[in-house]
Parts: sequence; C-alpha cells; structure tokens
Amino acid sequence: MSTQVSEFEILNADDDELMRISREGTLSLNLKEMQTIQSHFRTLQRNPTDVELETIAQTWSEHCVHKTFKCIIEYSEPEKNTERIHGLFPTYIQRATEEIDKPWCVSVFSDNAGIIEFDDENNIVFKVETHNHPSAIEPYGGAGTGIGGVIRDSLGTGLGAKPILNTDVFCFGLPDMSYEDLPKGTLHPKRVFKGVVSGVRDYGNRMGIPTANGAILFDSRYTANPLVFCGNVGLIPRDRCDKSVEPGDLIVAIGGRTGRDGIHGATFSSAELDDTSENLGSVVQIGNPIMEKRIVDALLQARDRNLYRSITDCGAGGFSSAVGEMGEDTGAEVHLENIPLKYDGLAPWEIWLSEAQERMVIAVPPENLDKLMDICESEMVEATVLGSFTDSQRLQVFYEDNIVGDLDMGFLHKGLPDIVKKAVWQPQQHSEMQSRDNNIDDYTDDLLHLLASPNIASKESVIRQYDHEVQGGVVIKPLVGIENDGPSDACVVTPVIGKSTAVIVANGINPRYSDVDPYHSAAGAIDETLRNIIAVGGTLEKTALLDNFCWGNPDKPDRLGELVRAAKACYDIATAYGTPFISGKDSLYNEYRDTTTGEQRAIPATLLISGICVISDVNCAVTMDVKAAGNLIYVVGNTYTELGGSHYFGIHGHIGNNAPIVRPDEGKQVMESLSRSISLGLVRSCHDCSEGGIGVAAAEMSFAGGFGMELHLKHIPVDEDIPYDDFRLFSESNSRFIVEVEPAIQTEFENQMNGIPFGHIGKSIESNEFILNGLEGNAIIETTIDKLKSAWQTPLHS
Amino acid sequence: MKPKVLILRTAGTNCDSETAVAFKLAGGQTDLVHIQNLISGKVDLSDYHILAIPGGFSYGDDIAAGILLAVEMRHKLSNVLEEFVADKKLIIGICNGFQVLVRTGLLPGLSTEKNATNIDMPQRSTLAMNTSTRFECRWVNLKTEVNQCIFTKGIKPNLYLPVAHAEGRFTAPQEVLDELENNQQVVFRYSNASHHSSDNIEYPNNPNGSDSNIAGICDITGRIFGLMPHPERFLTKWNHPRWTREDLPEEGDGLVLFKNAVDYAKATFHE
Repeated sequence: MSTQVSEFEILNADDDELMRISREGTLSLNLKEMQTIQSHFRTLQRNPTDVELETIAQTWSEHCVHKTFKCIIEYSEPEKNTERIHGLFPTYIQRATEEIDKPWCVSVFSDNAGIIEFDDENNIVFKVETHNHPSAIEPYGGAGTGIGGVIRDSLGTGLGAKPILNTDVFCFGLPDMSYEDLPKGTLHPKRVFKGVVSGVRDYGNRMGIPTANGAILFDSRYTANPLVFCGNVGLIPRDRCDKSVEPGDLIVAIGGRTGRDGIHGATFSSAELDDTSENLGSVVQIGNPIMEKRIVDALLQARDRNLYRSITDCGAGGFSSAVGEMGEDTGAEVHLENIPLKYDGLAPWEIWLSEAQERMVIAVPPENLDKLMDICESEMVEATVLGSFTDSQRLQVFYEDNIVGDLDMGFLHKGLPDIVKKAVWQPQQHSEMQSRDNNIDDYTDDLLHLLASPNIASKESVIRQYDHEVQGGVVIKPLVGIENDGPSDACVVTPVIGKSTAVIVANGINPRYSDVDPYHSAAGAIDETLRNIIAVGGTLEKTALLDNFCWGNPDKPDRLGELVRAAKACYDIATAYGTPFISGKDSLYNEYRDTTTGEQRAIPATLLISGICVISDVNCAVTMDVKAAGNLIYVVGNTYTELGGSHYFGIHGHIGNNAPIVRPDEGKQVMESLSRSISLGLVRSCHDCSEGGIGVAAAEMSFAGGFGMELHLKHIPVDEDIPYDDFRLFSESNSRFIVEVEPAIQTEFENQMNGIPFGHIGKSIESNEFILNGLEGNAIIETTIDKLKSAWQTPLHS
Repeated sequence: MKPKVLILRTAGTNCDSETAVAFKLAGGQTDLVHIQNLISGKVDLSDYHILAIPGGFSYGDDIAAGILLAVEMRHKLSNVLEEFVADKKLIIGICNGFQVLVRTGLLPGLSTEKNATNIDMPQRSTLAMNTSTRFECRWVNLKTEVNQCIFTKGIKPNLYLPVAHAEGRFTAPQEVLDELENNQQVVFRYSNASHHSSDNIEYPNNPNGSDSNIAGICDITGRIFGLMPHPERFLTKWNHPRWTREDLPEEGDGLVLFKNAVDYAKATFHE
C-alpha cells in the first residue's frame, strides 16, 4: 500500500476511541455510525483506509444525505399523544408533491435540481442552495462559491441546463450592532454583508447570469450564523432531461484543478460553529467564475452533440461524492494520480475529498472522447479521464497502481444506520401589545419608522451591483416604477428573447413569525411566495415551490420540534393551494458556541420558500407601481387582528402571540380571482401586503408610481370588526393585496371579485400627498410620497 | 444576401447570445466564434462582413477590463484585423468589447484614415473605474451626436439603454477629446431625462463619470464603433423597465444600430 495512505485503527477501538477519531478527523460521524462502520470492517477483517473512512463520512454527512429529514422522529406537543413520524421529507414534502400530482412536473427531488415543463421545446430547472458556514468565516469566498455551486447544480441536472437567472436571499446580524457585543471569533454583520454581496456580485456578473430576485433580512441572532441562500434557474431542452451511466463509460472530470481548498466542507457544515471556527481556513473553497463559464460553454456544446450520458457537479465531498453517486447502481474505478493538481503534496484522500470549485464529472462513452476533448481544447478548459464506470457494484480507488479504497456501493449508500430523534414543541408566551389609538392620533412617524427599518428599507444599493439585464430576458425587473426604484414583488424572465412565454420567480421568508410558531412562519412563507407570484400576473395552477430550511441543532428536541411544525405547514398549505415542491435543501446546525463561556446561540427557525411559475403571455404581467391619478385603490383579502411577530410590534419592542394565520380556502379564492382579473387586463397595478401591512404596501405603491393616494381604513375588508386604526393599518394577515383599477373598469373588476372579500378604500391622486383616514374619518397619516420614499431609501443607501 | 456577422467569444464573454439575436433580427447571419478558432485559422475572419465583440468579462477582466483580450488580438490577429478594417468592414464593441477596442487602439484610432487601418496604433484613451467605484446596472438616457458613425445613421436623437459595468469612465487627454469633437467621432453622450447633454450631467445620469459625458465613440471612418451601453438588451418593448406603464413601440431602441450595420454591409458587399 502507498506510503501516503494510512489506516484508521478502528477494529479494536472502544466507544471513546471511535468518537475521538470522528472528532479529530472532522468526520462529524456519531457513535452509532462509527459502530456501524466498525462492524462492517470487522466482517472484512481489516481497518478502513483514510480514503475509505473519509468517503463514508462525506457520503453519510447531514449535508449530503439529509439524515434529519429522513430519520424517524418521536414528536410531542402539549395535550397531544406522541406522534411517530417516518421521515419529515417523505411525510410532508414528497407526499405533498405526490398528492398534488401535477402533470407538468418532469423530475422532482431526484436530480440536482427540480425540472418542470416550460414550452414545446424547453423545460425549466430550479434549485436553491445554502452556503452558510463558509460565508460566516469568509463572506466573499463563501458567498461566491455558493452561487458558483448552485449554478453547477443546474448544469448538473439532466444532461445540463443553461443558467438563466440567479436569486439570492441573505440573513445578517444587525448592521448597527456595537463591536463590543460581537461574539468572540465572529465577523461584524457589516463586514459579512459587504463581503457576501461582493462575492455574489463578482461571481454572478462574471458568469453572465442576471440576478433579479432576492431579499435581505436582519436579526441579531444571525450575527454568528449568517445565512446565504443562492438559487439558479436553468433552461434545458426537453430531450436532454434524462441521464444514465453504462459500465464502460469513462469518468471524465472537466474544469479546474484540484487543491487543498474546501477539504471537509460537507462534514464541517454538518456541525455547529464555535469561537475557534475562524481558524478552519481550509474548509472554505476558492471561486473562479471564468473557469466555470468555460465549463458551461464547453459542456452545453457537448450536450447538444450528445457526447456524454450523465453529468453531476463536484460539490460537497468532491470526487468522492460525485463519482460515488453516479456509480451507485454500477460501480466505478478511479485512478487518483490522473487528477490534475494545483500543486504537489496532496495525500490521496485529500485529492479524493477536495471541494476545489469549478469541476464537473461526466460519463462519456469511449467513442466520444476525442470529440469531447476537441471542444474542451477550443474552449480552453481542462478535461481528464479519471477512470471508468464498472459493473462491480464497488467503488474502487487507486493511487499509482495501489488500491487505496475498495468500498461496497450498497454499504456506502444504504449502510447508514436508522436513527430515532426526539422532538418537542412547547409554545412560548410573549409580551402582548395593546393598540396605541388611545394615546396617538397620528401614525405618520410609525409608517416612516417602518419604511426605514432595515428589513423593509430599499435594497437598491445592492440590487444595482448585480447585472439584472444580461441575457436580455428580464422583463419585470427587481426595481420598477416611474423612476425605476420601487420594490417589485417578483421578477419575470423570458428566456427565449422575443417569445412571450415567461417564468416568474419569487420568494417568501418571515423568521419573525417563528418566534410565535414555526408552523405559521412556514405557512406564511408559502402564502407570501404565492402572493408575490400572483401580484405580477402568475397563477396557482402553474406554480412550483422550493423549500430551504435553515435551522439550529436538530439533535436538540426543541429545535427539532420547531422543524416538525414547519414541515407540517409545508404539507398542509402546499396541498391546499395545489402547488408542489420540486426541490429543496436543508442546512442544520446553524448554532454558535462560545467555548469559554459555554454560551449557545441558535438562529431563528428560518424557512425560505422560493416559487416559480410559467406564464404563456408576458403581456399580461403587471407591476406594483401605481400608474395614474384618479384610479381606484382596493384592498383584496380580509384583515385580521394578527400582529404577532409583525414589524409594527417589533419597532415597539414586542413579539405578541397572534402570528398571521394562513386560511388556504379563503386565500385560494382570493388569489384565483385576482389572478383571473389580472389576466383579463383589469388591473393596472398590484402589490402584495406583507411586512408592515397595508400601511407599508400602499406607501410603496404610491411612491413607486409617483402619485399620491387618499385612502380610508374603514373600507378595508375584515371578517370580524377591528376597532383600532393601528391594528388595521399594520396587521400582517396573509392572502391580501392592494390593487389599482381604472374607474371605467370598476364594475367589471367588482364582478370578477364577487364572493371575495374586497374593499374600495380610496383613490390615487395627482398631487404628491399621501393621506390615510382612520375609522373616525380623521387623517391618521398625512405626509408626502417624497418623505415616504426618502425614509425608505436612506437607511441602506450606500 | 445575408451579411455575415462574426460574434467573437473567449473565456468570460457573456453577451454573445443576445448580440447574435440582435444581428439575426436585423437580418444578419451570425456565427459565435471562439478566438482560439480565429488564431488557429479554423475560421477565416475575411469570410465575414461585421465583427462584433460582445460584453462580458473577457479573461475575468484580470489586470483591467479588456486588456488581456486586446493584447491577444494585437499579438495574434493583427494581420487579419488590419485586412478586415482595410476592406471597409464593420467592427462594433459593446461594453467589454468597447473596452477591448479602446485597449487595442482601434478606438478612437488615429486622426487620418490612412493610418487608422494599423492595429499597432497606441492606446490613446481608456475606460477607467466608475467614479462610484463599483459595478452598477441601470438604464441611461443617451443623446445622439452629429457623427460619422455607420451604425447610427438616421437614428432618433435620444435613446434609452441599460449600462452594466464597473469600468466605464471614458477618459482621454484633452487633445484627444478635442480631436474626437472636431472629427465628429463622439456618437453617444449620457444625458438627463430632458435630453440636454450639454448641461453638467451628474451621477447617476452620467453613470460612471465619463469625460464630456461620452458613452460611445467611433473611429474617423465611422466603421469602428464602441459603446458602454447595451443596445442588444433593448430589442423589444418588454426590455424597457417601464413597459407596464408607458405606451411604447414594439421595437426597442437598440435594434436600429444592428439594422444599420446589416444594411451597410448589404449595400457595400452585395455579391
């Protein structure tokens, strides 16, 4: 055996020794898993090599195999019997998709991204990933390689999709926090913010992919564990969506060289961070977008000439995962010495595990190799034959003629022991806030304050750093309105220039409601995503969803209880709306531990829902900016007294207990009626009501369009009377929209809305005044759209 | 006859597809050609009538935007380029392509037509880092100047196009700027919404701080043209950021530039 390969002495190790090996090797394997590996190798009567144990650790990592979403959970909540859940993913996510059973779902949960139908020639792929742990340590590199990685997911789906759109959602600590309060070993939120934005900007722009949808949220609990969600939409010919591997196919790596960067990324991200994590430099990858662009250019040509049979990206776990997954049903033989290196001195297991970026693996029939090499040469990208797929059902790894790893594919992919986790949900009581109507008769300052709060304030300074015009297909842009600076609800892209078929991409995320109940947070995130899609002209009928869970340590029953709540909501609300999940991802262990004080912090339970909707005629799309003076302003959808977790309570230091509830029967009717009205051309502008309620939504519409408004709160539709101005104005109830309609269309629009709760609350006006009258008829907000806009634009201006 | 357009690609080029769509809509026949295939001789530039250098980040814009591709063209393609220019064929550089043309010296070129065909000319101007010091994507108003440029013949006085760049501040010594004015080589200037580009145009109307608000220039023959804004990103009304609120013609402002080029090639090279 090669001198560069060592063995792990596990055959005779006791439990303490097994755990020491796991911990010191950053393997993130628990005791039961180590014991399973031990007994497997006892039957083989030998110790595993480092290549073997590392391969198992990568393949079995939370990051790669999503144990928490597949394991059995014993879940309890007050006054209910303990429930045994056989996997969150099959029970609540996959089952929802199966029951909804949309014929336009082409491939769900099986490939690197979900695939849905687009038009007669093409399908659409969509994937959203997280890159949280690396971004905490090295924001620029972590975020850049996050976007680079999700682009390779699209490229690795089917036989490769052309990337057409990037999305990104970030969660940071508060930008104005004092340096004294910064947890030990963490970066200041401002530095993380700047680094992450620059990283996504430099990677996405260089790849020539428009970044046209996203969100940025701030909460002190994200300080040590910032979240970076990166998404990519791709376009793929309908006859290029299937892949297979045949024994004898060559394993070809395309792209960048392999170095020591990113070793243990998969296992590192399956553990908590602590105040020493900043020293783990080698776990963060280094990005090179121009290398990735070369790969895309070369592979799409090879795809169109049918030169390979299967493709996947080298992400977490590097070649060990990519080759291991592709060869799962056949077997594979790899010669590590063939792999081109950035520099000498890597041990075989390092070559095998390196997460060096910009590498793809394809399965090439030998007769196509020369043609493939020609394309790669003319695109100046390196391609190397690593070995071949076999029919041995084994993953066999060689280094300079010595076998350094020989694993049974069955054990590798199916040997992970079942685990049972405990989950407990115990609702918390929070301080409740009374209406301030008795003390206050003017809410102008509150509205200005809300518009200036960092979660609501304009993100223009960030958005403009992203190229959202490249490829010429982004037709509803992230900034809209008379001065191109209002907050669009969603982006709309026509991937084939000049053709009217389009995709709408939107997102929903509201971790504040998790403080009350993660169920309502998840339900609200779905509702918000769908509202955003409906608001620009989409339909429920053609919308698919993606779920990205970012959670704390799921080995702690309370955190897992929150996860169960959120997963239950995903099933309930997605099936009620008929919108299937097509892909998803989870990032767990987003916790920080101070090793000296023992203090432990978790992020708020955070579910990002992304939505994608195909529309056949982009001419029907609308934007949120009010279009003319003298038009009628409506609120569609009921308002309830639901201010728990709202921004209004937040600016007054309260959380509350009545988080907005999704009533899908009501919401579905609202969205379907409104969607029909928009497609009939009855609506001039439409904006979703979310953070800051009707007050913020109406203000945004007004200043984005450059016309004032005069509105009356007494006309908003309510199910039960709400006798308070501030609650009506700032409640964040779901399934509500503000809509602008021309006076000549009034009857037709109201007929379409028959049976739906709606209220004609006022009109747009020629002047720049923004006047909102309370229940008693007096003006409770009296200001100008210039003041509102300035409050909204100033905070994150630079 | 359909004029043949060579869309030049290299590592980091990323506006090639939409530039090809623009030329196709204009009536051209397009090929996306990697520079390796021009250098190796697999593809012959003289088979084409129009050379387009699209936007992107050629070779990552390492060192500075467009430099590496410009050096490669000067060292490995100087003969074929000289011949192409001498044959009175057209070259357009958009965004990164403009940066490349400026760094090869093809733009603004020398002040007499005879010398202008020499690719070994010095670089006389540059496109420097934006005064905002960062990449920005936004729509800008342009004023068309009285000029010699083939691409802008007869077009309307004001265009609306997007820019997306970090290094777009056109700057040159005063004598070069004077020469550009005197020879009518300034094609587009950034203007404000009321189209008075003689005023002091401030950020963000002048998005990068260019001297004399210059957004695009041509050489003295009018056949080599470079601009920072992206005409290929405004081909249909849906590209316009306010199509949901304004009455707009179906055709976008950018298409006419490509049509002019194709029409010139048809008229000049009919076979």
